[in-house]
Amino acid sequence: MQKVNRLKPFFENIAFEREDNHMIVNFGPQHPSAHGQLRLILELDGEKVSKATPDIGYLHRGMEKMAENMIYNEFLPTTDRMDYIAATANNYGFALSVEKLIGLEVPRRAKVIRMMLLELNRISSHLFWLATHALDVGAMTIFLYTFREREYTLDLIEDYCGARLTHSSVRIGGVPLDLPKGWIDGLNKFINHLPLDIADYEGLLDQNRIWKMRLEDVGVVSPEQAQSWGCSGPMLRGSGIAWDIRKEEPYELYDEVEFDVPVSTTCDSYGRYKLHMEEMRQSVRILKQLIPMYAETSPEIMAHAPQYISAPKEQIMTQNYSLMQHFVLVTQGMRPPVGEVYVATESPKGELGFYINSQGDPYPYRLKLRAPSFFHTALLQEILVGEYLADVVAIIGNANIVFGEIDR
Amino acid sequence: MMRSYSDKHNVQKKSYYNDRYFVAPQIPKEAVESDDVFANDLSVLKAKFEIQEAYIQKGQLVVYIDPKDNVSVLQTLRDELSYNFLSEHSAIDWLAKSGEFEIFYQMLSTSKRKRMRVKCFIKEKEVLKSVIGVYKSADWAEREMYDMFGVIISGHPYMKRLLMPDDWYDHPLRKTYPLHGDEVAQWYEIDKIFGKEYRDIIGPEERDSARVDVNDTYRFAHLNHEVPFGAEPSQEKTVTDYQEEGGVFIVKKLKKEDAKILKERY
Repeated sequence: MQKVNRLKPFFENIAFEREDNHMIVNFGPQHPSAHGQLRLILELDGEKVSKATPDIGYLHRGMEKMAENMIYNEFLPTTDRMDYIAATANNYGFALSVEKLIGLEVPRRAKVIRMMLLELNRISSHLFWLATHALDVGAMTIFLYTFREREYTLDLIEDYCGARLTHSSVRIGGVPLDLPKGWIDGLNKFINHLPLDIADYEGLLDQNRIWKMRLEDVGVVSPEQAQSWGCSGPMLRGSGIAWDIRKEEPYELYDEVEFDVPVSTTCDSYGRYKLHMEEMRQSVRILKQLIPMYAETSPEIMAHAPQYISAPKEQIMTQNYSLMQHFVLVTQGMRPPVGEVYVATESPKGELGFYINSQGDPYPYRLKLRAPSFFHTALLQEILVGEYLADVVAIIGNANIVFGEIDR
Repeated sequence: MMRSYSDKHNVQKKSYYNDRYFVAPQIPKEAVESDDVFANDLSVLKAKFEIQEAYIQKGQLVVYIDPKDNVSVLQTLRDELSYNFLSEHSAIDWLAKSGEFEIFYQMLSTSKRKRMRVKCFIKEKEVLKSVIGVYKSADWAEREMYDMFGVIISGHPYMKRLLMPDDWYDHPLRKTYPLHGDEVAQWYEIDKIFGKEYRDIIGPEERDSARVDVNDTYRFAHLNHEVPFGAEPSQEKTVTDYQEEGGVFIVKKLKKEDAKILKERY
């Protein structure tokens, strides 16, 4: 390694200028289209990329290390900071894995509320994806429209849990609150209107010549590549492989609701765009079925497991033993059984997995966060090769990567 | 007075109270024969490789193999048993207990709808073969594992730290590494940005994220008592409402109490 000092910064021994047609461009980490802190070292041959080296770690906070030093309930708000576009999906993935670890069944109403929040998060994330992706490609109008609708999803989430970005709206063992009064009406209004809005976006983009030129046959991911690189979510379904964890390994009540898994066989960015649009429609479809399901449930929202989960507030305030248990759970934390568990959920970006190794302590011995964007970013080094420099931004935007969960 | 004992091999947070009669329950391990698909998978693997242990936990098959077989086991899983995804791959630090790392490969078969975990133990300095030839997703997973644990991988085309800077000292996810970083970490940025000679002037990096210094106006806002960046803190109250008489274009003397709140969204 070269000797580093203040006057001679360290650039991995890369020559940034050469005499022939070759050139090395340092893209990011502070680039508006890098969707966070992505640094790409691009070797160019003329205008074509001959080698791409993504460099990550600019947002590394050591979440896995933090998890080893926190009790399980303490770690839940930290998961908000992974995929901050859809924070509930992370909260939920973590809560579900701990529930699997301790073998807990969540009340039905909590399941319905969780699913509502998850689907709202999916819509919000996809809207955000479309907004930023279209902005990168040069379509400003879409950005303004989608952010308006995203605002409504955030309002609904805010009405529920009080937060717009870092929700922490799920607890281990259920959800903290029942739906507030009038929330369902707001949701109804929103989901009745959203399909019209999606039609508007498609009206603006589907046959748009520039949009099609920038996206069609750009960022092609073959099914073999998608499997080998561990792609998941829309990146995988965009390559023609119908795999949605909600459908294949149903959690919560996803086996009771009807929805389709859209697949695109074109393998390119345009196909993935159509896929995201269709997924939003399917989310609306799920939400529509959830509203009558909610009305039929009984009012419990937290699981009853005194060893692991605190009793409801009224009980804590009236019964001495519940108060004692609550005190122990807050100060020492729950102690799950010895063993390990890997739970994957379908987050808006793909397969979000939590591997937890518990040794019976209040702190997990090892917690590994499997973030979908991490693997999609690794894939960039293969799919960017041979593309034009101008398409690099389109492909990064299309891959739907979020740096909170890549660097963790 | 005796100094309290602190375990140097594991500096992670520990419970301050342990009930001496508490025995943590185990998550049951089921026999592999209870699931037909997994039983078949295991018999194929057993015919070719030495399997140290195998069981089903929480619906997923766990197989312990010899670390030397890792590439060929994964090759068999992909080509013969249609485990087409390597979802995750990392290590667990057991250095304090047995001087070993536990490596796990989390596999997924979309055609069989099954997940399984291949595991093996390697010694601290033992070299593990890269599986990047079988699954490309191991590329960054292995780089991250090297970065975080110092597990040495052979046959990787670009083995470099992934998340931490290249010249970082030690591997942060080891149990011997403290949460707030070690001695070297607190000087890393000072040395890098200003140079070693500035250590005395600037002092070590503050690594306690919960620390609040009321006299520091560089890093802390003083709401309602705002002062310029770096100035002495003052007790004088500052008004945050828009003050300009007559206002500017569009904003005409903004008063918070006159702000309108929308009743309906749509």
